Amino acid sequence: MHAVPRGLALASPLEIRGLRKRYGDNEVVAGIDLRLNAGECFTLLGPNGAGKTTTLRCALGLTRPSGGEIFLAGLPVPERAREARMRVGVVPQQDNLDPDFTCAENLLVYGRYFGLDDATITARIPELLAFAGLESKRDARIQSLSGGMKRRLTLARALVNRPDLLILDEPTTGLDPQARHLIWERLKQLIRNGTTVLLTTHFMDEAERLADRLAILDAGRILTEGSPREVIAAQIEAQVVEVYGDWNGAARNGTSGAQAWAEAHACAFARRYEVSGETAFCYLDDAAPLMAHLAQQSGLRYLRRPANLEDVFLKLTGRDLRD
Amino acid sequence: MATTTPSSTFRAPRITHRFVPVWRRNFLVWRKLALPSVLGNLADPMIYLFGLGFGIGMLVPEIGGVSYISFLAAGMVCSSTMNSASFEVLYSSFSRMHVQRTWDAIMNAPVDLDDIVFAELVWAASKALLSGVAILIVIAVFGLVDSRYVLWLLPLIFLVGLSFGALGLVMTSVAPSYDFFMYYFTLFITPMTLISGVFFPAEQLPAAVQVAASLLPLSHAVELARPLLLGKVPSDVVLHLVVLAAYGVGGFWVALGLTRRRLLG
Repeated sequence: MHAVPRGLALASPLEIRGLRKRYGDNEVVAGIDLRLNAGECFTLLGPNGAGKTTTLRCALGLTRPSGGEIFLAGLPVPERAREARMRVGVVPQQDNLDPDFTCAENLLVYGRYFGLDDATITARIPELLAFAGLESKRDARIQSLSGGMKRRLTLARALVNRPDLLILDEPTTGLDPQARHLIWERLKQLIRNGTTVLLTTHFMDEAERLADRLAILDAGRILTEGSPREVIAAQIEAQVVEVYGDWNGAARNGTSGAQAWAEAHACAFARRYEVSGETAFCYLDDAAPLMAHLAQQSGLRYLRRPANLEDVFLKLTGRDLRD
Repeated sequence: MATTTPSSTFRAPRITHRFVPVWRRNFLVWRKLALPSVLGNLADPMIYLFGLGFGIGMLVPEIGGVSYISFLAAGMVCSSTMNSASFEVLYSSFSRMHVQRTWDAIMNAPVDLDDIVFAELVWAASKALLSGVAILIVIAVFGLVDSRYVLWLLPLIFLVGLSFGALGLVMTSVAPSYDFFMYYFTLFITPMTLISGVFFPAEQLPAAVQVAASLLPLSHAVELARPLLLGKVPSDVVLHLVVLAAYGVGGFWVALGLTRRRLLG
């Protein structure tokens, strides 16, 4: 929709060095470094409570870090955060469109916060509504929009100032598959046109689809960083075989068939294995010998697939629930 | 350009022209519902004014040389200004801050919290002025106004709106839910209304109660508004203005500090 020539953006759109944020004794962000390249999509991946949202709030100057340095659009934050936000668009985790206004009024009122005059904003509104696929909803009240439409309008609102950097905090949480795909398409379109995108998510497929680079975050620290392929290759074996079900009809007392089988045989085939609940996960570079073995067993069910980001994520952040 | 931002929560407010679009946002919402809003603001004081004015007016022939309803008119202008500003910063601002998360959206744009809270304060005073003007027009139509100094009531109403808007914002900054505001009205606003000379002269109250009233802003608003409506020059003008302004500035400063702690922590 609007292009920023990549060569022109000399400074990193966002650079964070040694960021720390403490609440009392609880260190939510414990030393984060990251540097976005202009025009890329960078994804922060992490379980709930990993520090993703706090990192974004610090980056926008909405909360004061306990330590570290932040440069947003080349300006020091929080000192010049307000000025830096002129160049940034934000899609927050929680929808906060103005319920008293129509779609078009939401865009108009939001544009005014950037100091844009009404004529400029009014000229941009048709293009923003078209981008969001909401041309027919121009004068519709917010309450009448579906969840997906609200998200798209929030995305359009974040573009009213034609930002160089777009920050999205879990943009597709709570959306149905159709709505998610439409958001992804729009983000790809923006990235292609030169907008830098920083997004947080806990959906692996989202990160794998969109990210040029990603960082996996847990307990306020970056555990690994790189392109999705690099991260998978560096952290985990190429193949995963999931084994579950009954083993020869002889599940022992209190143990699943998969666990009994894994204890007896998994080591012989897999570099690494893990039993979680009813399933044994075997990580290996060549799955053929294991598949041949499993074909001989009775009662076991199994699934072979290439390793993905979710495997890396679970390996690095563990399988415990984060509530 | 090197600017430094002091980190203290209660540092001085930093107000810029960027509060204007936030004020305009609230004005645009109001404009969509202007007529019911003004009628709603008008109904309550009018019911009191004419109900009490005629009812008690029959028992009390005169207070200080004027009819009871003329005496009551100034009290109603002040108390409805107070109520209008208070309702706006309590229920409406809380809704924008906490329920609708409108402030969060605005802070993602290049507008700081200081400007947002200031816009809410000025908006509350503006809305109080709009409803105050409506009341003035009605009581003028009923011949309860001496026109000599009546225009001075406009800046006074705005100032009273700022004072009570600022006090209300302190409550909003610490409110966990809407229910919390009931305490403010029953424990502060209502008793203050009864001792501040709105319905009857404060001079007949016990000395201690008069002292308490003189420390609160509403009595100072009434002391200015009543003579102005009756065509007289108020006494101790500077004292009354200083008290009202002090509540406005002090309340805003505290409210902003508490709101920063709540939202920017």
